[in-house]
Amino acid sequence: MSHISDVIAAADLKKTYGDMTAVNGIQFTERKGEIFGFLGPNGAGKTTTMKMITGVSPKTSGTLLVLGMDPDHHPAEIKARLGIVPQETNLDPDFTCHGNLTTYARYFDIPQNEAEKKADELLEFFQLQDKRDVSIDKLSGGMKRRLILARALVNTPEILILDEPTLGLDPQARHLIWDRLKLLKAQENIVVLTTHYLDEAARLCDRLVIMDNGKILVEGSPTELVKKYVGEEIVEVENTREILTCITAQKIPFEIFGDTIQIVTTSARDVARTLFENCQPKKMLTRPATLEDVFLKLAGRTLKES
Amino acid sequence: MPSLLSFPRISRRAGKVWYRNLEVFIKTWKVNFFPPFIEAFLYLMAIGLGIGSYVGSIEGIPYVNYIAPAILAIAVMNSAFFECTYGSYVRMYYQKSFDAMIATPLSIEDVIAGELLWGATRSVMYVAIMLPVLAAFNVISLPASLLVLPLAFLGGLMFAGIGMCCTGITTGIETLNYPAFRFITPMTLFSGTFFPLALMPVILQYIAITLLPLTHLVAAMRICTLPAFSATIFLNLAWMAAITLIVCIVSINLMKRRLIV
Repeated sequence: MSHISDVIAAADLKKTYGDMTAVNGIQFTERKGEIFGFLGPNGAGKTTTMKMITGVSPKTSGTLLVLGMDPDHHPAEIKARLGIVPQETNLDPDFTCHGNLTTYARYFDIPQNEAEKKADELLEFFQLQDKRDVSIDKLSGGMKRRLILARALVNTPEILILDEPTLGLDPQARHLIWDRLKLLKAQENIVVLTTHYLDEAARLCDRLVIMDNGKILVEGSPTELVKKYVGEEIVEVENTREILTCITAQKIPFEIFGDTIQIVTTSARDVARTLFENCQPKKMLTRPATLEDVFLKLAGRTLKES
Repeated sequence: MPSLLSFPRISRRAGKVWYRNLEVFIKTWKVNFFPPFIEAFLYLMAIGLGIGSYVGSIEGIPYVNYIAPAILAIAVMNSAFFECTYGSYVRMYYQKSFDAMIATPLSIEDVIAGELLWGATRSVMYVAIMLPVLAAFNVISLPASLLVLPLAFLGGLMFAGIGMCCTGITTGIETLNYPAFRFITPMTLFSGTFFPLALMPVILQYIAITLLPLTHLVAAMRICTLPAFSATIFLNLAWMAAITLIVCIVSINLMKRRLIV
């Protein structure tokens, strides 16, 4: 059931391209004031879902409501209230940074003087004020990404939709973008993002879904999901025959991933001590379980690209 | 899948796409201003004075005056066709500008309509820059020749639509060369441009009249620049209006099919 605070609601949402099913009957709701993530390997259907939400790609079947409207029937009304950050950089090379923002603002019917003011505010918000009158091919990858994010905010959107917002960025640029997204969320916006950076999802998302093959595998908050599907802590040791025999003898449940043996536990310290005392591993690592473990467990470890 | 002839829903937002292109054009006005100026000059010198001095006159009209409207019509064709093939293709494929635009309240129909209007505007601008040169050489008569400006818009929209149809189905920027040299180049020569249609075999005359859009544009423009009024201009206008409507609608649907999946 859709609810008044649900800003985006989908039920049995499907998208097929000829014989290929990109999104296969998914259901989700996204609420005001949260950062919602779509995770999944390449080809999982994340981008297709974003395209349906943004009214750029019509759905094949099912229902989808964005701000209470169907994107297939009211694309202009919905898009007027969305900010969209695409995966590919599509800034306008014929304009400067400031020009990119004001030109884009015009597509939203924002008056020129208001647009100019907003553009300057946004350039400052994303620390691009020094590049105001610079042509966009003089910008670094991180700056371009920030400018695209700034562009998505010219119309003061209620929903911000980001497809891989920090793809290929250095750590500083990623942190700057994350900070800005958190600020936007704090202003009661809703932020929807796709990513395959799991640390990004764990850090930012209030709730997320993991998709694979066009379906949603799980939904929940990052901590919930880690606890439910993996456990609390993980001990990793090298995969040698001696250690394997030793661990088996100790009756510790484990999994093998290539050259490491992974042990999921509630107390890494106890497992580590047992291993140290009995198996003498050369290398051992204890760490908290992460979203990455959940992801690999659910989506598998093989490459998804076909 | 919607039919290629279904009437697209275009909003006034198409004007914003047109305006974006205009802004870029104004920023680079120096590069844009001189080609038409020089081109008119070169044509007049080479064909008009050079060849013209041998030909003398055609159908009692000085040869330079005979080809002056053809120079304009060819300019209309080239500026709109190339704007909506290579220009639009670069904006669509390399700059991803259309993707960025349709993430705003603009629809793909608005974007393509704006591009088509822009193609037609380029034609009008080209002709507007050429006209004074031709007038200075006294090869067109004023004020009747000013009618070529609205004609340039109609013809421009027609060739913009034809170009956009090519963009809608081309597999890459290289394959846009095919319509350019199989269609545009022959048309430049065999549409009653530099010699009367009547000199060609009858079958080719029929082909030129029924299938070559430039034939009608040259004929209509010649009626205005000589000026030599003839009621056939209404046939030319009707033919062009019908074709313009069809190619513009089809091109928008082709581009929609290409970009919205």
